[in-house]
Amino acid sequence: MGRAETLKALRADAAAARLAGLSLPQGAAWANAARQGALALVGAMGLPTKRDEYWKYTDPATLTAGEAPQAALFTPDERPVFDGVDRLRIVFVDGVFDPEMSDDMTGENLEIERLSTAMAKDIHWAKDLYGRLETEGHDPVERPLAALNSAFATDGVVIRATGKVRRPVNVSYLHRAMHSDAILHHVIRVEKGADLTFLENGPAAARLSKVMEVDVADGGAFHHVRTQGRDHERRAVTGSYARLGEGSTYKSFTLTVNGRLTRNETIIHLTGDEAVAHVAGACVGDGKDFHHDDTVFITHDAVACESRQVFKKVLRNGATGVFQGKILVKPGAQKTDGYQISQSLLLDDDSQFLAKPELEIYADDVACSHGSTSGAIDDTALFYLRSRGLPEKQATDLLTLAFLAEALAEIEDERLVDDLRGRLESWLKRHR
Amino acid sequence: MLTIKNLHAELEEEGKKILKGVDLVLEPGKVHAIMGPNGSGKSTLSYILAGREGYEVTEGSAELAGADLLDMEPEERAAAGLFLAFQYPVEIPGVGNMTFLRTAVNAQRKSRGEEELSAGDFLKEVRAKAKTLKIDADMLKRPVNVGFSGGEKKRNEILQMAMLEPKMCILDETDSGLDVDAMKLVSEGVNALRDGKRSFLVITHYQRLLDHIKPDVVHIMADGRIIKTGGPELALEVEHNGYADILAEEGI
Ligand SMILES: Nc1ncnc2c1ncn2[C@@H]1O[C@H](COP(=O)(O)OP(=O)(O)O)[C@@H](O)[C@H]1O
Ligand SMILES: [Mg+2]
Repeated sequence: MGRAETLKALRADAAAARLAGLSLPQGAAWANAARQGALALVGAMGLPTKRDEYWKYTDPATLTAGEAPQAALFTPDERPVFDGVDRLRIVFVDGVFDPEMSDDMTGENLEIERLSTAMAKDIHWAKDLYGRLETEGHDPVERPLAALNSAFATDGVVIRATGKVRRPVNVSYLHRAMHSDAILHHVIRVEKGADLTFLENGPAAARLSKVMEVDVADGGAFHHVRTQGRDHERRAVTGSYARLGEGSTYKSFTLTVNGRLTRNETIIHLTGDEAVAHVAGACVGDGKDFHHDDTVFITHDAVACESRQVFKKVLRNGATGVFQGKILVKPGAQKTDGYQISQSLLLDDDSQFLAKPELEIYADDVACSHGSTSGAIDDTALFYLRSRGLPEKQATDLLTLAFLAEALAEIEDERLVDDLRGRLESWLKRHR
Repeated sequence: MLTIKNLHAELEEEGKKILKGVDLVLEPGKVHAIMGPNGSGKSTLSYILAGREGYEVTEGSAELAGADLLDMEPEERAAAGLFLAFQYPVEIPGVGNMTFLRTAVNAQRKSRGEEELSAGDFLKEVRAKAKTLKIDADMLKRPVNVGFSGGEKKRNEILQMAMLEPKMCILDETDSGLDVDAMKLVSEGVNALRDGKRSFLVITHYQRLLDHIKPDVVHIMADGRIIKTGGPELALEVEHNGYADILAEEGI
């Protein structure tokens, strides 16, 4: 067998193993068709293996395994994130909606339903989005794990914002069972000129597959802040697929602390002129069992759009960080403003940062820049702080937080910035 | 206050000898100046006193008020009352100047077993001291030394010194890069801290600064040693004749 055939066979094997225990949920005709379509895609593509170019830094084996590897439960000693925010809270326990713990799902300028409810209806607006944005996101890189999610997602929320939504919608994911395997899928539509803040927090399950499809119509704004819990052994593969209309905004920030394996993919398609997309992430990891991967693909397909990627990772004791980020500027996407920075702070020699920043540009009037760095704490700065009386550890923490500050600054709500910074500070103190 | 005896030091990596037997005794309340050609080891001496890594002391000793300086971590030296105003103050992106100052003041107080300064008291004090140094609110908010002009950086060093109230202040070429007005501000800042007990070691190239901060003793440093010590008139001599005569006299 040649290399291509071998890879195809490996992918088919991976798909067969994963599909063995799964069955397609049933719903309305359109929903069943969408799931069948997604399943057919998985059949054609197979599932990724570490031989895949797109997975060369992150081994997907535990993400495609038939069973979720167990993950010890973790009881946080901190106040849940977003507790201080006036919000509409929706709770999932091990990937299953929990009506008891969730708030009443109504709000001004807001329609929310459980995914299964929406997918049982013969006529629903989600029909035009479910699995669609995800599928469009396969061009030019195949994303079979996302297709698998669209085929088998059992739960999630479907949200439509029709105007300015005052209270943020907060989805909390609790992890209560050691072997839980969650497949969640959200569909979000921000109508013309509408404005929605979407908050997510928690580990969700021992293994989480999550896809979020977000369609932001002209002039709409979507704000997203997410934290992925503090569980050390959880695994997650998430995909955020967004399509942005003219003059619309998509701003997303993710904080990742601990977790054995995290792959966060963000695929954004700027289709309307003057759309703005900001994607940022901060992560801190300690130990060989920490592996965090940010994979971002932003396509500029309209005039005068702005995109910004800011990713910072703090790694210690053999932790691994990955960044694969691409800006693709299509022909005709003039006046594109694209920025990408990925940096890691390695607190010792054992940790590693693997980065693949890419620009692909087919228009001539564009301003794109990218940079990627990996380094240790600056000795001169450390000495300066210590010479003013800061103990070495405190000085190191201060410089580490300073390193993360640029990513945190991408969050617009100052109180959230302060809250998350405080949590990072506590994490650093615990992991000295 | 500060007693340096026969201090020898070399660069850890290259083994290059830089200090070749420095002797200096600085009494409480006194101002000593160190002058000397570029590369004579003045900054190295100040770094070694402050505890910077990368140097190996091969011989000699340095004590602050009877305590062995060379045995302490940089932060312990700071808490013991040593302060170095850097020749090249360090830029620290992402750390607000105000946060930095408060953290430093409280870290020192904590290590001395004193109570932390309340946010209100701290703010009052910092504002008052910043005002006399013509440091505006914006500079206090900005990241430490980032985007500061040369003069702003030096004034910021003096502000830190004023807030930390050290016993032993070392100023490494605090006057370099300052215009006449800034030099006056900085000198006034330093003079305001002279209280008869606090000691100063002022490293400078120019007599100019010593017109404002009057030294009791002037040392000339060359090739890693103090080769001549005298009164304020020694600085004037250097100003007029340069170092050549003194170096020749000492056979360097
Ligand atoms: N980190 C270093 N690496 C290499 N050479 C150094 C280093 N630090 C100091 N030196 C050398 O040591 C000598 C003294 O330098 P320095 O203490 O800065 O002198 P001064 O402050 O009197 O101008 C110079 O020759 C300088 O080049
Ligand atoms: Mg010098």
